[in-house]
Amino acid sequence: MTTLRIDHVSRWFGNVVAVNDITMTIGPGVTGLLGPNGAGKSTLINMMGGFLAPSTGSVTLDDQPVWRNEQIYRHIGVVPEREAMYDFLTGREFVVANAELHGLGSKAAQKALATVEMEYAQDRKVATYSKGMRQRVKMASALVHEPSLLLLDEPFNGMDPRQRMQLMDLLRRMGDEGRTVLFSSHILEEVEQLARHIEVVVAGRHAASGDFRRIRRLMTDRPHRYLVRSSDDRALAAALIADPSTSGIEVDLAEGALRVQAVDFGRFTALLPRVARDHGIRLLTVSPSDESLESVFSYLVAA
Amino acid sequence: MYDPTVARLTYRALLGRRRALILGALPLLLIVISVVVRALTGADDQTAADVLGGFALATMVPIIGVIAGTGAIGPEIDDGSVVYLLSKPLKRPTIIVTKLIVAIAVTMVFSAVPTLVAGLILNGNGQQIAVAYTVAALVASIAYSALFLLLGTVSRHAVVFGLVYALVWEALFGSLVPGARTLSVQQWALAVAHRVAGGDLVTSDVGLTTGAVLLVLVTVLATWYAGQKLRSLTLAGEE
Repeated sequence: MTTLRIDHVSRWFGNVVAVNDITMTIGPGVTGLLGPNGAGKSTLINMMGGFLAPSTGSVTLDDQPVWRNEQIYRHIGVVPEREAMYDFLTGREFVVANAELHGLGSKAAQKALATVEMEYAQDRKVATYSKGMRQRVKMASALVHEPSLLLLDEPFNGMDPRQRMQLMDLLRRMGDEGRTVLFSSHILEEVEQLARHIEVVVAGRHAASGDFRRIRRLMTDRPHRYLVRSSDDRALAAALIADPSTSGIEVDLAEGALRVQAVDFGRFTALLPRVARDHGIRLLTVSPSDESLESVFSYLVAA
Repeated sequence: MYDPTVARLTYRALLGRRRALILGALPLLLIVISVVVRALTGADDQTAADVLGGFALATMVPIIGVIAGTGAIGPEIDDGSVVYLLSKPLKRPTIIVTKLIVAIAVTMVFSAVPTLVAGLILNGNGQQIAVAYTVAALVASIAYSALFLLLGTVSRHAVVFGLVYALVWEALFGSLVPGARTLSVQQWALAVAHRVAGGDLVTSDVGLTTGAVLLVLVTVLATWYAGQKLRSLTLAGEE
């Protein structure tokens, strides 16, 4: 069990507050740290990784302080966002060096290189690597000592879809093994695909925490949008608008569907099938059209 | 206090193609000057002392020291790759001491060795001048490496500051302002060299004891402080 605790952490640079009184607990499994660019994600990850002192508050890993405690790196693997990584070495030399710095040998390095499937290019200079290959070698360097906490800052940046999927599989696997994996991203689909649990940071503040669908549902004061197709769209529209849980309906002719805006999430989900049945209308499609993190985001930013 | 992997990474970075060229240029220039001077004026002790003191020790050694000392850590901090050292269970002073040892070795090879060769070319080590300046270059290499390693740890503009120190303080103020000479690695090294050569060809503004004490003090303090700075080195995000 590895638990990373961020307790009332703030960090400011001069007059700029980058992270504002954030408290969160990151446990085993994959957690996505989500927020728009400049939200303070990197600052937060740097504090989690012990590369930046919190201005106030504390960051601890299983009750051990992270800042100024180099022994903590026996348990932490870090995949930084920055590209630079001793370009004059080959991939293998780089990972072996990282293993040696942990007091391990080339066997551990070889295993890590195999895990990220980089053996085929391990004898090429890092300078010749594509962004995705660099990312994987960085990943291997973070895995050599089989850490129980893995911190990744924007790990999918610059990866092509296939590499992205490979890395996602790998992170999922690490999460399933019981490791604590935290990655940051400003791309909603990435977080959506990989992490059930998310922590949302907006403008330096902790905006939300938990299962993203649950968070979304908690925001009952926000209109939910649905795309509905039925056997009789106009009749269904008329019946729905009569109920106070529906605030607006648009007949989208191009899509051949209704765009329904619901005010009361719980009531609407109960209402829709009942109304359809009562009027003898068959529902063909009911899909939440904005159950994406994008909408969670814009809502949180606006709030 | 020494980690072979850190050492390997450091010297491979230092002796990368471009930096190695810069490191090799000044020693080459010194040898060329020595050959030309010897050919034009013949072997002369005073000339030998002037070339070794004026160019080798006053200019070349500090510049090599700047390149090796700041280069041993500055670029890593600049581009962020130092994170791969910092995210390891390694004592920070171990990282600094290891890098210092590499910087000293590189500075010695690229400054003290050519000084000896130049001295032998100039007057065949007459009056121990070549050996004396080589010893000066060796001890100066240690202090410069420590100073510039610290500079590389605390400043992003370490090379500029280092060169300003080396050229303006050591070379210019050192020869114009008497007080500045007391606080000059060059003078401390000369005090040691004076002891080796004897006579009046190699002189220093400070005594041997003062020079030796200050050399040790500066080296130890700079190294200790660099270790402390590395312990709380902050890697700011790119946001």
